Amino acid sequence: MSDPVITVKDIVTQFGDNRVHDGVSLHINKGEIYGLLGGSGSGKSTLLKEMILLLQPQAGDITILGHSVINSTESERDLLRQRWGILFQNGALYSSLTVAENIAISLKEYTDIPMTLINDIVRMKIDMVGLPAHVKDFYPAELSGGMVKRASLARALARDPKLLFLDEPTSGLDPIGAESFDQLILELRAMLDLTVVMVTHDLDSILNTVDRLAVLARKKVAAEGTLTEVCQNPEPDIKAFFGGKRGQARLHQKNLE
Amino acid sequence: MPLPEHTAEIQAYQDTGYDIALKSKGCWTVNSIQNVVESLAGFCQKYKNSTILWDVSAIEEIDSAGMMVFITYYDHLLTNKCSVTLKGITEKHQRLDTLVRQHSVSALEKNTLPFKNYLLSPFHSLGKWVVGLVTELILFMTFFGESSLIFFKSLMHPSRIRYAAIVKNIEQAGIQALPIVALTSFLIGIVITYQGAVQLEKFGANIFIVEMISISVTRELAPLITAIVVAGRTGSSYTAQLGVMKITEEIDAMKTMGFNPHHFLVIPRILALIITLPLLVFFADIIGIFAGMLISEIHLQLSFSEFLHRLQNVLDMKHVWIGIIKAPVFAVLIAMVSCFRGFQVEKNSDSIGRYTTISVVNAIFLVIACDAIFSVILTELGI
Repeated sequence: MSDPVITVKDIVTQFGDNRVHDGVSLHINKGEIYGLLGGSGSGKSTLLKEMILLLQPQAGDITILGHSVINSTESERDLLRQRWGILFQNGALYSSLTVAENIAISLKEYTDIPMTLINDIVRMKIDMVGLPAHVKDFYPAELSGGMVKRASLARALARDPKLLFLDEPTSGLDPIGAESFDQLILELRAMLDLTVVMVTHDLDSILNTVDRLAVLARKKVAAEGTLTEVCQNPEPDIKAFFGGKRGQARLHQKNLE
Repeated sequence: MPLPEHTAEIQAYQDTGYDIALKSKGCWTVNSIQNVVESLAGFCQKYKNSTILWDVSAIEEIDSAGMMVFITYYDHLLTNKCSVTLKGITEKHQRLDTLVRQHSVSALEKNTLPFKNYLLSPFHSLGKWVVGLVTELILFMTFFGESSLIFFKSLMHPSRIRYAAIVKNIEQAGIQALPIVALTSFLIGIVITYQGAVQLEKFGANIFIVEMISISVTRELAPLITAIVVAGRTGSSYTAQLGVMKITEEIDAMKTMGFNPHHFLVIPRILALIITLPLLVFFADIIGIFAGMLISEIHLQLSFSEFLHRLQNVLDMKHVWIGIIKAPVFAVLIAMVSCFRGFQVEKNSDSIGRYTTISVVNAIFLVIACDAIFSVILTELGI
């Protein structure tokens, strides 16, 4: 659990006059579920976008699976893009394709696997994320919120990535749905040796799934480590995050267990 | 682009005690697995009732796709009554094997493709098409009825009509359309004057160009061309606007807040177009006749004053009125069809494009069909 899969070093991001990150550094180890936390506007989604090559920071460096994201050639970037799966906040399923076609698209485009095998793989992934088999012919508009997330997760897992990025995986789900989604992430991590990076502010999710986490506040990483380590941090921003009524209740409950 | 450094391999060799031995090597992952599928299928064809040793110890990496291939052909060999001995299985392989087997859908369940008869399928699609057409027609009638009802209701309570929305729509559909309407009717004027002038010159009947231009432009061409331009320009934008509102659930939000979408969205658009289109047609009349006058001066040496003098004598007001009276009818058709199609948009990205296209095609077709009906009726009535 010690060699870092992702290293973020001294990232500076600025939109116009608004500086979002001012020297953000963190590292994510192999096989762990890593939480990126912070209030709204603290730049956690921006950081995620920089990791997955959607945004370029003004300064600093991000290394993923041994490749620098900032000074990479286009072919290196393509290589990286094939090694990770991403679950977007609203699923981002292609609305003109069925669920099965959504999952199969990267297999069809990037590999020469015969169609029958692709269909088998698609069925397996659909089952793996806990969706009933008949949803494969549904269009995204016909799915419920939780099903969209699961289908989108199946698409992210289509090519057995080693690295999985989740952007607010449980937002918009009911507590039961959210808990079973957390459970699913834990199971998949155990089965597929995944490294998971998730942006979240769902406290239950954090308590149930996350191994290590970083709290972003005031344009920097306010604290990084396991949940216990972070909770002991005396910084006021951390206190504000976990010290509220909801946080205290959850933490207390966790300690009782 | 498959990753270049990865290849999956399978080799057959002889080993004592077995009919054949297979050795798997390399990365059995999703990017390279296609290399071995063909040879594995070959082995499965070839060996029946054989004893087989399958050495998997040299597999460097295997993922669920690789395991799926392995399981498929391993099971295939077993059904061929081969006895397969596996060598070099690691604990990780076993875990993945259980995982894939647990989530695979059995072959029985896969065979659920519906029976398809190629002789009957043309009738099947024809039937589907007819049913679709009839359903659409009924839906459009319902829409038309609902909108008309609300239209008459709002006529009884004029204070409830959304005047601000109407004015905004008039600006977008009318004032902003002036340049393109001017250009098209000017060009139409030029075209018919040139075509007519050549023929009339042969008979020395140059002066009749005035009748020809003024009557054809005011009665037929200006209303038709203007309606087609408006259908393409405004009709498509109505469909797209309402479609986006449907996708973003704005229309649902309006319904829940007790705002009737017909009252707030459809009626202002219809009224705006009913007001705008006759005005645009009149504008097109002027521009079209002006273009004719210009070309007559250049080509037939008919001076402006002669042209205008004759115009006053030969152009009955009824021709102008007929053109202008058609316009509100066209306006209702265009606005109704485009709003109807807008409400039909579904929640996916290509339906907006599809319904916008359908709406423009429908609107232009209806305008031309309606114009034909007008022509027949008015001619029969002798007007």
